[in-house]
Amino acid sequence: MAEVEIKAENRVYAKPRLMLDNTMHYCPGCSHGTVHKLIAEVIDELGLADRTIGISPVGCSVFAYNYIDIDWMEAAHGRALAVATAAKRLNPDRMVFTYQGDGDLSAIGTAESIHAAARGENVVAIYINNAIYGMTGGQMAPTTLLGMKTATTPYGRDPRLNGYPYKIAEMMAHLDGATYITRQSVHKPANVRKCKAAIKKAFQHAMDGQGFSLVEVVSTCNSGWKLSPVAANEWLEQHMLPYYPLGDIKDVKLDPTR
Amino acid sequence: MAEKEVKLMKGNEVIAHAAIRYGCDGYFGYPITPQSEVMETLMELKPWETTGMVVLQAESEVSSINMLYGGAATGKRVMTSSSSPGISLMSEGLSYLAGAELPCLIINCQRGGPGLGTIQPSQGDYFQATKGGGHGDYHLIVLAPNSVQEMHDHVAEAFDLAFKYRNPAMILADGAIGQMMEKVVLAPQRPRKTDEETRAEARAWAAYGKPADRERNIVTSLELQSEKMEIINQRLQEKYRTMEELEVRYEAIECDDAEYVIVAFGSSARICSATVEMARAEGLRVGLLRPITLYPFPKKQIAELAARGVKGFLSAELNAGQMVEDVRLAVNGKAPVEHYGRQGGMLFNPDEVLAALKEKLIKK
Amino acid sequence: MKETLIIAGFGGQGVLSMGKILAYSGVMQDYEVTWMPSYGPEMRGGTANVTVILSDRKISSPIAHEFDTAIILNQQSMEKFEPMVKPGGVLIYDTNGITRHPVRTDIAVYSIDATAECARMGQSKLFNTMILGGYLKICPVVAMENVMIGLKKSLPERAWKMLPANEEAIRHGGEIIRKIR
Repeated sequence: MAEVEIKAENRVYAKPRLMLDNTMHYCPGCSHGTVHKLIAEVIDELGLADRTIGISPVGCSVFAYNYIDIDWMEAAHGRALAVATAAKRLNPDRMVFTYQGDGDLSAIGTAESIHAAARGENVVAIYINNAIYGMTGGQMAPTTLLGMKTATTPYGRDPRLNGYPYKIAEMMAHLDGATYITRQSVHKPANVRKCKAAIKKAFQHAMDGQGFSLVEVVSTCNSGWKLSPVAANEWLEQHMLPYYPLGDIKDVKLDPTR
Repeated sequence: MAEKEVKLMKGNEVIAHAAIRYGCDGYFGYPITPQSEVMETLMELKPWETTGMVVLQAESEVSSINMLYGGAATGKRVMTSSSSPGISLMSEGLSYLAGAELPCLIINCQRGGPGLGTIQPSQGDYFQATKGGGHGDYHLIVLAPNSVQEMHDHVAEAFDLAFKYRNPAMILADGAIGQMMEKVVLAPQRPRKTDEETRAEARAWAAYGKPADRERNIVTSLELQSEKMEIINQRLQEKYRTMEELEVRYEAIECDDAEYVIVAFGSSARICSATVEMARAEGLRVGLLRPITLYPFPKKQIAELAARGVKGFLSAELNAGQMVEDVRLAVNGKAPVEHYGRQGGMLFNPDEVLAALKEKLIKK
Repeated sequence: MKETLIIAGFGGQGVLSMGKILAYSGVMQDYEVTWMPSYGPEMRGGTANVTVILSDRKISSPIAHEFDTAIILNQQSMEKFEPMVKPGGVLIYDTNGITRHPVRTDIAVYSIDATAECARMGQSKLFNTMILGGYLKICPVVAMENVMIGLKKSLPERAWKMLPANEEAIRHGGEIIRKIR
């Protein structure tokens, strides 16, 4: 197809400069691609491309490093915020963020996540909560809703068998070192815009030395949920958002006299 | 009388001084007996006010070792210290560090196991240290100090080797070396490298923020294509062969005319050097081969002693018989190889080792 | 010259620091030294001991199975270490709390009632230097001037105001030690 020249005044959308041309491995309809794009835009808009270190997790977004043109580290499962802690402490002039799923950040990595937040590390965790383990084939996550069917809760999550889901964002909000905690989604354009603003605020917060930020993104996994992308967006609104309500949970400044 | 500038220090304390003086960028650790003095000394010395070294008490050994991953991945010189149960918790991270080829320093001040075991000295982690410990085909560079001075010296040596090969290095000490005080001469303070120096040196591989004039760096141990992963493994094995060729360090005491050779490392080598003195006083031609690098192991040197006609080897270790397997492989059937050991935090005495040598080898 | 010494007693009696003063004194005298403590929960009120070796040659093993001298400050340590003194060696003990006194006749035995003396003086913190003084009177392995430097080096600066009292305790320890056999 021939290149079409578009005048600047006519341009309404362009691929972010930092997004690479690699074909994404994510399923059609998955929220990851949208969140990746927002991060790429934010890094570029804040002029941090040469100063940002991304830390990818184990899970579907293990290959996040294939899509954004910055330096990356691939962490062991759950350990991203420990990795981020040292990367940032030893390079305080750098922007360090982790990109983690619900299994990585809030199951196997709970200790690392909570303690990085409690210490008030000046890093950002982008937390993709789709209530399921996508990469390994749709097993239960700590955030799987009650009654929700997964590969390891084939009859639905039963609290007597599988325990209850939990909200690590609200837990982290109790920690003095965690200063910006927000829950967003990307299932509608308006939500995408809000999510981008939240990510940008979190990045600025980290660069200003204002402590730990968590941006939870309530996300879809239409493959794992066994729904079409459109139906998954509807399911998210009907089932996920009542339990994981959107909005800022905590937004404070650190005491400058600390 | 003029006061002399010789320090009297514990092995654990000296690690802290040596790290600061080497220009280490960061220490991340979790307290465990018998090595907690390492972090306590660092916190007391406050190197962040002098050299700018970061010191952080993590929430676990799992976290500490992954902090090493994050620090090393930016090209910085980072270290941790722990003792046996803590090193077990770090094993996952060690495998990732080796897989991602990240240089760093881990100190294991061993105590007796298995499980919670004892807090007394042991050498029960030889297999874990030299054969991997974590999953997959990999090796750490392993140094075994036998004195407080060597604890000091090995910090610089281990860091240098780690960066030469982009491989994690371990100092395998034990509770005795860590807790013992001896005379030590400290190295002069080296300036810690600046961010610019570190980034220039590690430009080809480290993830410190991508400058406009290079491709992005990705620090990872992941490769899902088997064909590519096999090539990565082959390259790692090539690196280990080079280490085996170039980096073996050992000490031979009275080995030239020895009929019997004790092989021992670390604190047990220290004890066995007294055994050699006792044996020689009795007219027995006994020598001591002390591996200083446990990986790479001085197999060539032991093979040469066997080929020269040494009548028997005794591997004296504070465990149930671990290094003895490597000694046997090196001797390769040319002479009997026996093991003598104590466990559970018990140390042997020099005369005990001599009695074992007589009973297991000389009388036969 | 080689002196292999064990100091053994309760945690809190200053056993480890007594060993440290002696080790530092040895350093001042250009000796090779090793100081090998017991460690762990023992440090918190249980038994504590330290092996100190001073030698004019390289010290091979910091661990010993027999001692030239044993300084014994509680009953458990008496049970454990009296048998480990070399024939012809020296055993020094504080009689306080000792229910079974030394029985060996092939070693020299001394007692020093430092606990009682410190209680009389109201100076319990001088206990370990007083014992050290007694030991140095019997076994003058290091010159007194080096002991004084070793004492200073092994104390944190905030404790240097205690130096004169400790020096006096070392001298006094030499006066109150007495030979049993």
